Amino acid sequence: MNERSGLLVGGGKIKGSHREQMAGYLFILPNFLGVAVFILFPLALSFAMVFMDWNYLRGMDGIEWVGLDNIAKLVRDDYFWISLRNNVVFTGVTVPAAMIFGLVVAVVLNSQVYFKNFLRVLFFLPYVSSIAAISVVWSVMYNPSQGPINQFLRGLGIENVPGWLASKDWALTAIIIMVAWIYTGYTMLLYMAGLQGIPKDLYEAASIDGASRLRQFFSITIPRLKPTSFLIAVTLIISTFQVFAAVAVMTKGGPVNATMVLSYYMYVQAFQFHKVGYAATVSWALFLIIFAVTIAQWKIQKKWQDEF
Amino acid sequence: MSRMIRLQALRWMLTAVFACLGVIMILPFLWMTSSSFKLPSEMFRTPIDWIPDRFYFDSYKEVWLGKYPFALYYWNSIKITALTVLGTLATSAMAGFAFAKLRFKGKDALFLIYLSTMIIPAQILLVPRFVLFDRLHLVDSHWAIILPGMFSVLGTFIMRQFFSTLPNELLEAAKVDGAGIFRTFWQVCLPLTKPALVSLLILSFTWHWNEYEMPLILLRSNERYTLPLALTNFVDENTTNYTAIMAASVSALLPLIVLVAIFQRWFVEGIVSSGVKG
Repeated sequence: MNERSGLLVGGGKIKGSHREQMAGYLFILPNFLGVAVFILFPLALSFAMVFMDWNYLRGMDGIEWVGLDNIAKLVRDDYFWISLRNNVVFTGVTVPAAMIFGLVVAVVLNSQVYFKNFLRVLFFLPYVSSIAAISVVWSVMYNPSQGPINQFLRGLGIENVPGWLASKDWALTAIIIMVAWIYTGYTMLLYMAGLQGIPKDLYEAASIDGASRLRQFFSITIPRLKPTSFLIAVTLIISTFQVFAAVAVMTKGGPVNATMVLSYYMYVQAFQFHKVGYAATVSWALFLIIFAVTIAQWKIQKKWQDEF
Repeated sequence: MSRMIRLQALRWMLTAVFACLGVIMILPFLWMTSSSFKLPSEMFRTPIDWIPDRFYFDSYKEVWLGKYPFALYYWNSIKITALTVLGTLATSAMAGFAFAKLRFKGKDALFLIYLSTMIIPAQILLVPRFVLFDRLHLVDSHWAIILPGMFSVLGTFIMRQFFSTLPNELLEAAKVDGAGIFRTFWQVCLPLTKPALVSLLILSFTWHWNEYEMPLILLRSNERYTLPLALTNFVDENTTNYTAIMAASVSALLPLIVLVAIFQRWFVEGIVSSGVKG
């Protein structure tokens, strides 16, 4: 969309009347005050905090300006790197899994099925539900000795069932499975919207040429859905990188930091150790990583577009 | 004709397969609901009794009539969500209208600032907001959650996009008829933006109703907790009382599930139109 379209009444670069100017400021004022106080000011404060060693228990007296010490500390902080690694694994597995499941569900649901709207609800219910509440339910389901998941696995004859949230080898996987389940509904909805935009005659022409369903899926559906896939990948990477509630409710970062992620590490630093300056530094690292990944994705997307 | 029937049979088969998949998808919800009506001793029995022989309401009594005031938590969540959503709709619609249809100095620069704040993750704002509210003595007050919730850059953006699609002739006609700017906004333009308002309402309702992190850091007293926070607190204090945990989870999740079932089309439109959660 053209960035300027609709900005000016009646086209042209004519300035609004005095009344219109005043009205413009008045209409924006409440919103702008909110944005200034609750977004812009905290943002500036957060940036300043990166350069403070601030023990919050001592209030404003706890502020000490330390230059780049926090950043130097961060780079040498093993827990930061463990958290980052967990973040990367978490996002790297969750996003493709949710995208593949969502795509398959969307493709079948889109054309061939009766009661489409009703079935659709079943798939996106987890996405609109409270993550905290869902995490509570899954925590009980993951109970290693009595939970229904392990009961089911034992029923299949598997003797050596995973310890799920209690095991440092399985806890991250357990959270990944749940979050992929949550986001499948989201990717399904966006893919269904994307599928509406593919002209039907493309498939008809392909059928006449004798292309199988599977071949049509790979040579028409997937390439045509590229913009949708890109949008989903960008938004999902951004939101899964910030995963917090699932970790806070299910594992609190444990066992032995197996599920420690950056957002939870920031929470621990700020609200358990009261190191708010260092917590702010962690949050900026989180932001810069998300930002870099998003920029990289745009670059790759542009390259794709140039190639096809 | 027989080809038609074959095709129909195929579609019914696919529908059946997909209905099964859909049920598997909501198994956690079904298991939660069925467990909440059981006795603790029979909850983990295998094979699972999906529909218990007898329904026990003991867990619900414990959740609703015990020492945890779930009715109060409900009221807290309803109050906070209603005020934040109303605030978001009002401030977003007004600013969106100005950004789309009014001419004033500095508009483009201001809009650019708005756009660039959209890439800021909520995580960055968390700690400084806590410091801010602590200085204002608003920690452990509902206002600490309501006030920042009333302003949404994404909401402003959605409304601005929608107002932009309204033809300028409409505004000029209103002006010719003698309507002032506020009347043009309120009586001419706003009613036409209903689809965008509904999308925004759904999005911001879901977001604030489910919000966990802000209440977790800002609310301290039990009686001010919102539903998600009350639920996890209940779990922390009753770690092995699994049927009660399930009853509490059902209580926390049910209203939204009912709303989604009724207004599913709007939920779909809201999610798709934003492409972003929160």
